[in-house]
Amino acid sequence: MDFLKIFTRGKPAGPISLPSGTFTIDRTGRMVTSTVSNSFPEKVALEIGHAVLDTFRKAQAADVVLTEVIVNYAALKLTARELRGGAIVFLAPRSARDGA
Amino acid sequence: MQKRQKILLLDDDQDILDLYREMLTALPSEPEVQIANSGARAIALLEAEPFHLLVSDLKMPKMDGLQLLTIVRKRFPTLRTVVMSALNDEQFKDRAYSMGIDQFLEKPRTAKEINYFCECIEGLLHKSSSDGFRGVQSKSLMDIIQLECLSQSSSVLKITSGPVEGKIWIQTGEVIDAAAGDATGEEAFRLIASWKGGNFELHQAEPGRARTIHTSYHALLLETAQAMDEAQKEPAAAPKDAAPASIAPDKAADPIDTKLYESSRIPGLAFLVAVDRNKPKAPATWGLENPEQIGEWVHSTSNTFRALGEKLQWGQVKSIEGRGLHGNLAMLLHQDTTLCAGWERSILWPQIREGMKKILARWIS
Repeated sequence: MDFLKIFTRGKPAGPISLPSGTFTIDRTGRMVTSTVSNSFPEKVALEIGHAVLDTFRKAQAADVVLTEVIVNYAALKLTARELRGGAIVFLAPRSARDGA
Repeated sequence: MQKRQKILLLDDDQDILDLYREMLTALPSEPEVQIANSGARAIALLEAEPFHLLVSDLKMPKMDGLQLLTIVRKRFPTLRTVVMSALNDEQFKDRAYSMGIDQFLEKPRTAKEINYFCECIEGLLHKSSSDGFRGVQSKSLMDIIQLECLSQSSSVLKITSGPVEGKIWIQTGEVIDAAAGDATGEEAFRLIASWKGGNFELHQAEPGRARTIHTSYHALLLETAQAMDEAQKEPAAAPKDAAPASIAPDKAADPIDTKLYESSRIPGLAFLVAVDRNKPKAPATWGLENPEQIGEWVHSTSNTFRALGEKLQWGQVKSIEGRGLHGNLAMLLHQDTTLCAGWERSILWPQIREGMKKILARWIS
């Protein structure tokens, strides 16, 4: 029955390319514009957008008024700017020359 | 003709030295056995001529066996070493093995034990001295400093503990200066000494370095050891009049809040929060009127972006920075703790990032 494995085997795992570009979401969490590659799923971009909106809103509820949030990951820098209740999100992969 | 192997025997008891010399010279390889009754004498002999094996007692006055081993390991790395002791103490045994000794033997008492001891020594003499490296394993920082000072070295010891760094300057066996974050001198030395772990590098000495520490290294190490013992026994208490407004008087004695309070002297700092991922409902705070709300937001934000990074394989979150109209804030994620600091708007980002390093350094101390 080993030959069945040919059909059940998944795609070989490869390195995931890091997204690069900008997208905007409105206050309802809908995507407005995006310059991020089509290979980066919109669903994931929306998930990032919702996390960003949630962060701004919860900060406001805790009396911390923020206009910009920067998350420094080991491999990528995420910058989010508040935009009339929505947000503009910049995704920039880090190069080896970038500092921490 | 093969050269006779040379053994150096070290013990503070002359009778034992004579007895062991007799035993060891009778070994099949007929080694040449020399004796020393003090650590200093042993080092002098080792420097004067090459030996194949050092057999040392552990408990001796002035320089004990462990102190001697630290020097021997550094100056004579290929020398085989055997430690003998009447104490069957696991802690001593572990420490001696961690210094890279070849054998830890109990002082023989019966004929059978004497035979076993002689066989061990004979076996070590037949081993080639070049088969592999032996080295220092999991040494404490205090041991390293002691080693440097005992051997009258001049060097710069650079210590890294996670993202924080410290330096200790040693000049001819004395600690002359230290620096860690914004702390210098003895304060920095105590700060570095309190770090639980990390890496160290030895760099070339800086002869022109100004001396800020005038206490002897013995006293420094002793004070540090005492402070560490006391810290383990009872949590440190902040001075009563020093407790900031946001910390309730009964919480001021909490060592976590004390750590935050120590960082509060950094210029431009507006507030501080430390949230444990596993205890998000009990954040440690300084300078806040609404600690629960901010603590909850810090917990939620760090968890959200941590989870996002793990899911999308972007790596660990190194820091989160927030810019606002009235001020800025920065978060550092260290193991299960998120440290969040609010900063006055006039403070520039390079200063904030430097300040965050200092806060983290104090936090992990």
